[in-house]
Amino acid sequence: MGPPPEIRTGCDLVVEFPLVEELNVLRELDNADIPPLRVVPVSAPLLEPVSLFHVKDFGTCIMVRAANMKITVEKESLVIVNVSGGGCPDVPYLAAELTGKTLEEAPAPKELGHTLCGYALQLAYEEVRRQCSP
Amino acid sequence: MLALVGTVPDLRFPLVHGAVGWRDGAPTVDGRKLPVHRGTPALVAAAAAASRCLDGPEVYAFLAGDVGRGDGSRELYRFLARRLPEFPFDVLTFHYLQPDVDWHNKVLFAVEEMKRRPVLVADAGFMYAAKMSGQAPAYDFFTPDAGELAFLADEKAPHPFYTRGFVLHGSNDVPRLIRRAYEHRNAAAHLLVKGEKDFVANEGGILGTVDHPSCEAMEAIGGTGDTLTALLSVLCGAGFDAEEAAAAAARANRLAGCLADPTPATQVRELIERIPQALGRVLKGASTQVADGVVP
Repeated sequence: MGPPPEIRTGCDLVVEFPLVEELNVLRELDNADIPPLRVVPVSAPLLEPVSLFHVKDFGTCIMVRAANMKITVEKESLVIVNVSGGGCPDVPYLAAELTGKTLEEAPAPKELGHTLCGYALQLAYEEVRRQCSP
Repeated sequence: MLALVGTVPDLRFPLVHGAVGWRDGAPTVDGRKLPVHRGTPALVAAAAAASRCLDGPEVYAFLAGDVGRGDGSRELYRFLARRLPEFPFDVLTFHYLQPDVDWHNKVLFAVEEMKRRPVLVADAGFMYAAKMSGQAPAYDFFTPDAGELAFLADEKAPHPFYTRGFVLHGSNDVPRLIRRAYEHRNAAAHLLVKGEKDFVANEGGILGTVDHPSCEAMEAIGGTGDTLTALLSVLCGAGFDAEEAAAAAARANRLAGCLADPTPATQVRELIERIPQALGRVLKGASTQVADGVVP
């Protein structure tokens, strides 16, 4: 199958999968050393993943929101103290795996997550790491 | 009777259903204890706590283990599509499920076959599926936060992760997003939008707001949306009309949070413990003023 005309660049091959499982599918393709050129929703191929972050400073803690996911880190210890938001079933699982660990100790959400909520959490995690870096 | 549907973040957790019990400080379903961190177990615990305090509706739950691969969710969808018409629920609340439009539609068909149509509440992943299916108006309540409201307001977004920047950028303008969600028929009959200020709305506009008491740290605490959905569901099951239920749920959830004297590191379990006290005060019409975390 070929991709939609909006994103076609040549003799491209397209693989269709349930969008919500994007993080899981990307990980599998990366592991097989065949990362995709682009991932787009079938219904609207020009849509892009969120790139807008909301940052809130609580004094001792900093919270970053990406789309529907929030991650909160204690600034001095760099411990992840809370993960909130989201609606896919890997969110409570990721929250349990990340909360209470430092940014160094905690696994990246993209290693354990499967869904777009997990992917959004990965973006928030990368941004909070950036915000907390010296 | 109120029914809650969702997943437990444990692959070994089988599909179970039954009345929610309570053992050693944790909810149980079909004899299995639920670890309460956040997600659907927090919803179940909060609903059980609220219902006990109200002498309210019996709480029933349908649960399956799922860590994001979707297998537990699909098992649950399959079960509900086949068996839901057998049950007599007054309120049916859908929660953390892998968003899947086909299965969503099959479950909605099963709801239509129920002898009496329950009040339908959708939150989390099932709300995403409801919006994506184009069936949002079939629901009585959605309970989005700011990021999820932007997704509902963006008629093109298939998931909050793909919400367009110009919509997301205005996520502080809640009334505008609410209008946009209704214009594109991507909202339930009522919306309870949780945030710094909670909004109750329907197609006609904003019905009311709740901004008191207020504890800034609650925004960071995972599970405060789950407790709000639990309170709303229980109050609907106790016979409150939609607007009253939403306003009282918002007030009680805020008060439970403030009573826990929260920091951004507080865990939702501490809020759930305060629900009976908070809900009792709100329903008595007593003051919800909180000073230093203590209700006078």
